[in-house]
Amino acid sequence: MSNSEEHEGTRRDFLLYATGGTGAVVAGAAVWPLINQMNPSADVRALASIFVNVGDLEPGTQLTVKWLGKPVFIRRRTEDEIAEAAAVALTDLPDADARNANIGAADASDANRSLSEDGEWLVMMGVCTHLGCVPLGDAGDFGGWFCPCHGSHYDTAGRIRKGPAPENLPVPPAVFVDDATIKLG
Amino acid sequence: MGGIPHDHYEPKTKGEKWLDSRLPIVGLMYTTLTAPTPKNLNWMWIWGIVLTFCLALQIVTGIVLAMHYTPHVDNAFASVEHITRNVNGGYMLRYLHANGASLFFVAVYAHIFRGLYYGSYKSPREVTWIIGMLIYLLMMATGFMGYVLPWGQMSFWGATVITGLFGAIPFIGDTLQTFLLGGPAVDNATLNRFFSLHYLLPFVIAGLVIVHIWAFHTTGNNNPTGVEVRRGSKEEAEKDTLPFWPYFVIKDLFALAVILAVFFAIVGFMPNYLGHPDNYIEANPLSTPAHIVPEWYFLPFYAILRAFTAEVWVVQIATFVTGGIVTAKFFGVLAMFGAIAVMALVPWLDTSSVRSGRFRPMFKWWFALLVIDFFALMWLGAMPAEEPYASFSLIASAYWFAYFLVILPLLGVIEKPDTPPATIEDDFAAHYGSDADKQPAE
Amino acid sequence: MFKKLAISTVAAITLATGAMAAGEGAHIENIDFSFDGPFGTYDQNQLQRGLQIYTEVCAACHGLKYVPIRTLGDEGGPHLPADQVRAYADQFSVNDELANPQLFDLETEEYRALTPADSFPINNANAAPDLSLMAKSRAAFHGPYGLGINQLMKGTGGAEYIAALMQGYVDAPSCTPDDMDGSYNKYFTSGGYPAECMDEDGHHKYPGSWIAMGQPLYGEDVDYADGHSNSLHHESEDVAAFLMWAAEPKLQARKQAGFVGVLLLTLLSVLLYLTNKRLWAPHKKKKH
Repeated sequence: MSNSEEHEGTRRDFLLYATGGTGAVVAGAAVWPLINQMNPSADVRALASIFVNVGDLEPGTQLTVKWLGKPVFIRRRTEDEIAEAAAVALTDLPDADARNANIGAADASDANRSLSEDGEWLVMMGVCTHLGCVPLGDAGDFGGWFCPCHGSHYDTAGRIRKGPAPENLPVPPAVFVDDATIKLG
Repeated sequence: MGGIPHDHYEPKTKGEKWLDSRLPIVGLMYTTLTAPTPKNLNWMWIWGIVLTFCLALQIVTGIVLAMHYTPHVDNAFASVEHITRNVNGGYMLRYLHANGASLFFVAVYAHIFRGLYYGSYKSPREVTWIIGMLIYLLMMATGFMGYVLPWGQMSFWGATVITGLFGAIPFIGDTLQTFLLGGPAVDNATLNRFFSLHYLLPFVIAGLVIVHIWAFHTTGNNNPTGVEVRRGSKEEAEKDTLPFWPYFVIKDLFALAVILAVFFAIVGFMPNYLGHPDNYIEANPLSTPAHIVPEWYFLPFYAILRAFTAEVWVVQIATFVTGGIVTAKFFGVLAMFGAIAVMALVPWLDTSSVRSGRFRPMFKWWFALLVIDFFALMWLGAMPAEEPYASFSLIASAYWFAYFLVILPLLGVIEKPDTPPATIEDDFAAHYGSDADKQPAE
Repeated sequence: MFKKLAISTVAAITLATGAMAAGEGAHIENIDFSFDGPFGTYDQNQLQRGLQIYTEVCAACHGLKYVPIRTLGDEGGPHLPADQVRAYADQFSVNDELANPQLFDLETEEYRALTPADSFPINNANAAPDLSLMAKSRAAFHGPYGLGINQLMKGTGGAEYIAALMQGYVDAPSCTPDDMDGSYNKYFTSGGYPAECMDEDGHHKYPGSWIAMGQPLYGEDVDYADGHSNSLHHESEDVAAFLMWAAEPKLQARKQAGFVGVLLLTLLSVLLYLTNKRLWAPHKKKKH
């Protein structure tokens, strides 16, 4: 008698736990889509990476493209510009970090700023790290970029050299998918 | 709770007493959850929970869809496509919402016809019934405006036809129609206000649902016998009832799970089953689809609307008597709203002394005929407006009115009802046995 | 009483839906598409073949404006590799530039090439309808007995309708007047119909009607890279399948979600049934 009652009790407990557990799973499965729908939709995600054709770019010229709503400078540097940037001592840099999303934390040497091994390609966000203006190309005291808003000077590797901006122009995630195409993002 | 004696919430700790003297919300929840409920409720008493769930489902999926939908004639159709193609899980959210409306109406019709059969509308539950009818009207308004939002061909032409009904009202019709549309025809202004109201009305419905529940918690539930719970003492009442939690909550949740399994099969495997292919064509004010058919849940009343044409003698008399003010078009509109109005007035049209249809031998047959009539009207509403459907529609519409206006008042006088059981306990025991007939232990 | 009511509810709803089937086209046979039925999925190779037909034939006149080109790379769809999707977008020629102002680059003052993030272009040049939702805005069958239940196993028949239409260009009946516009198609229902081909009551003597679109496919219109037959029959089915995907790209994901939902809810129903039975057992003592 007592034996069977005990048996009944455990069976009932198991049933209640199983029902409650399944109910919780169903509720959870129902709630997740309601939250997930607020994440970026497929059309927005599709714009997270873009392909830029740089095949027509001559040394000494640059291209500005819009990516995630902001300008990105893509510059094919001349031998002189590379040499000039490489010659700068790291101790002369206000910001010694490479700020390169492709390699993580590293010193701001020219090699760590450039996208290609020969140093020819420089890709970086065209947003001044001071207050977000767009710097002008081929300008400033260091032959690189100059921000007209508050007078920040960047060198030919996009590193801050003079003025109020605290950091080097950041290098976004970028990769060559073939000889003439850079994928941003 | 309906004067049925039952336990009350007693705050015990200091904290409980503190809250209870400021906001007795725990007590309210306790009373609601432990409400003594007739223990003989059958499987037709599950629809209230299903309806509550539907309202929650529609509000939640609706709020989520509104985050991606654009109420503008240029973008509405495209934004719905955006939802199904780009938004994470949007294909399910949209189909759940669209088919959720159908589930809502399946449940509300089952709920209404349950009330009509078991006499749930009869004294003292008239207010519950009237509130329920208001909810039903708001549901129809909400469903109609929601169907306009995807801005397909059926959306557009459905909106044109339904708002055209208001144009049939004498003297003020044209002004009223222009007012509703915000212009001479269905256009961007219409879409915008329909979106706004489609978002608002569910919350009005939610408020009325609370009043609906409040009303029947004041009178106590009806039950399949129509016999009231004994209120003499707590012991007596407990023989007739069981607390809502857990007995009826678990029972209702079981029914809800079964219904939702079927619902998910439809949403997953045939989500456009109850839709119309033409609504996947963007609205075009210059071209009407070959057949305009409203959503299935409007069909019975749409059939009544169309049944009264200028050839029907009742209409001709009405037109003649009113000197042409009541045209055939206006008569149809009156008939359609009248069909719902007579249903709302049923507490005062039913003269029977017995509440439940279970003990009314003649009523049973007339009620069965009403149910058949309802489905016949639904079918006729989808048929083209030509013979023989027009004649059938007229007959079916006539029965709808006859049931409420003639049959119900007369039946109470001529019918000799059976004797209901004395108590709910007796009825329950007759089905399931009682403690008294416990089998001897083996 | 209420059992009967429930049965008739289902019947009435299905009848009501089925009743929308009105058309005077020739009977359309079901095709056993891979995406039919509760577990149906798209045939990737068939979608790629259909895409080829769309690109080489249909796209000349028809747009596909709601379909983003990137979705050609989606799993469950044609599933092209990413570089092929980019190349496809880049080489796609926009036939009706004026209808696609979003492609106009204000800086260069030229129309730019498509990218995968763009949708297929709009094409209004020949007043041909957009095909994005064609397969969902048509229904070929509503059976059995108008109940519409066959949607569960056969779909709504939109793809079948498209396949049939492609093969429905037969010789016009002899009653056709010489100046009749369009081409006779025995499955097309909403086109022009000459009075000469109606009887005294205005009923059509022949199925179908006259469609503005000339016969688009004759068989062997394209060469399939996978060596699949390019007879008219196969081409029609391939393009129909592709357009079904274009209209309902999330079909596979939806059916999976539905299946998981049904499974979970069935399990929950069984458990709740047992719980409910157990809960009520002390109060329900069956009489013997």
